[in-house]
Amino acid sequence: MTHQIAALLAVEEEPNPLLPHMSELIVGAIAFALLLFFLQRMVFPVFEKTFAERRDAIEGGMERAKEAEEEAKQTLAQYREQLAEARHEAARLREDAREQGAQIIAEMREQAQAESRRITDQAHQQIEADRVRALTQLRGEVGTLATDLAGRIVGESLEDEARQRRVVDRFLDELESRADSDATPVPDGSAATRT
Amino acid sequence: MRRAGIGDALHLVNVAQAAEGEEFHAPGPGDFEFPPLFGEGTFFTKPMLVIVLGSLLIAGLFYLASRRASLVPAKMQFVGESVYGFVRNGIVGDTIGHDGRKFVPYLTTLFCFIAVLNLSGIIPVLQLPATSKIAIPLFLALISWVVFNYVGIRRHGFLGYFKNMMFPPGLPKPIYLLLAPLELFSTVIIRPITLTLRLTLNMFAGHLVLLLTVLGGEYLLVEKGGLLAVASVIPFAFSIILTFFEAFVQVLQAYVFVLLTALYIAGALAEEH
Repeated sequence: MTHQIAALLAVEEEPNPLLPHMSELIVGAIAFALLLFFLQRMVFPVFEKTFAERRDAIEGGMERAKEAEEEAKQTLAQYREQLAEARHEAARLREDAREQGAQIIAEMREQAQAESRRITDQAHQQIEADRVRALTQLRGEVGTLATDLAGRIVGESLEDEARQRRVVDRFLDELESRADSDATPVPDGSAATRT
Repeated sequence: MRRAGIGDALHLVNVAQAAEGEEFHAPGPGDFEFPPLFGEGTFFTKPMLVIVLGSLLIAGLFYLASRRASLVPAKMQFVGESVYGFVRNGIVGDTIGHDGRKFVPYLTTLFCFIAVLNLSGIIPVLQLPATSKIAIPLFLALISWVVFNYVGIRRHGFLGYFKNMMFPPGLPKPIYLLLAPLELFSTVIIRPITLTLRLTLNMFAGHLVLLLTVLGGEYLLVEKGGLLAVASVIPFAFSIILTFFEAFVQVLQAYVFVLLTALYIAGALAEEH
């Protein structure tokens, strides 16, 4: 009997799973509302803020990296430019040195040539002067000799050719001997100074 | 009060046999009914306890996750942000798009609330998916219904909203005779019902199947004994496999509910269907 009563009660409370319980609905709704309120106020703004900060950090980092890269590129370009400049400079210096060396050699050569020319000229001048002096001396002597010779020729009769030739020969011998006696004092002089 | 019928008669037999401790009593809707926890006259039942504990758990975990927020997240923060980011980018971003930012808190809370109340079905001791009680999916579906209709009406005006809904452009005129009432019916009436029933019955059926395997195994082990007691290994093994399967279904159903709500909001906000 008790079984049957229990069974009847159970049957009477046979639940329909599609019928909502008001109390559950209310409790669930309140719980959900409170949860939403709490999360929306306390939690999700923190997440959003963190997301934004993280994005900023990443973007900032990327920007910084880009800047650094740009700077590195610039520095590299600068270095390359400087290197090229230095190479250029070195080449220029070498070229200069070579030119200068060539110039110096040319100058030296010129100088030497000028010097040699000067020495030669001097020698020429000396020779010329000696020659002139000799000539002048000779001319003076030739004058006296010619006068002397002419006196003799005029003094002697010029009957025949043989005589004439004799006179001339004699004159020439005389001349020669004089020239010898004239010429001797110079080497003699030098010999004298030597002795 | 009492409906007479074959079902009742069968139940009588069942109960009578169960009382003798001989025949197997299959779990049914009655297993989803709980007496008040603190004695007769109080209203607080086990599903409510699950709701309260689940809500406190969600709030507590999220609070811990957000307490020491830093750019490099700690473990808790990472998990919290992942859940929030999943709803924010994976659901709202793909459906509503940029307009959806203001729905993210609601949808994230919805997702966590449903997921936790679903998963309570496989948490030892509790072992009741609170969402198998139709009241909970019902009020959640009603909130979704209010939200998507409200944002639609706010965006397009009352007439504009229903015109958008019932008269999508580019169709031959006679079609509208058929289409307009169908669209109205499906959007305003069917949507909340399907949202409610899909979730409730998935949880209900899943819990029932788990109960069946566990109670069946217990029956074989305790009541039958002998060789059949050894055979109880099979239902117990199934109960374990099904528990994992249930965990998957429970998370999936939470995702489906939130995804559909997001899609409804997106549809209500869209210029044209």
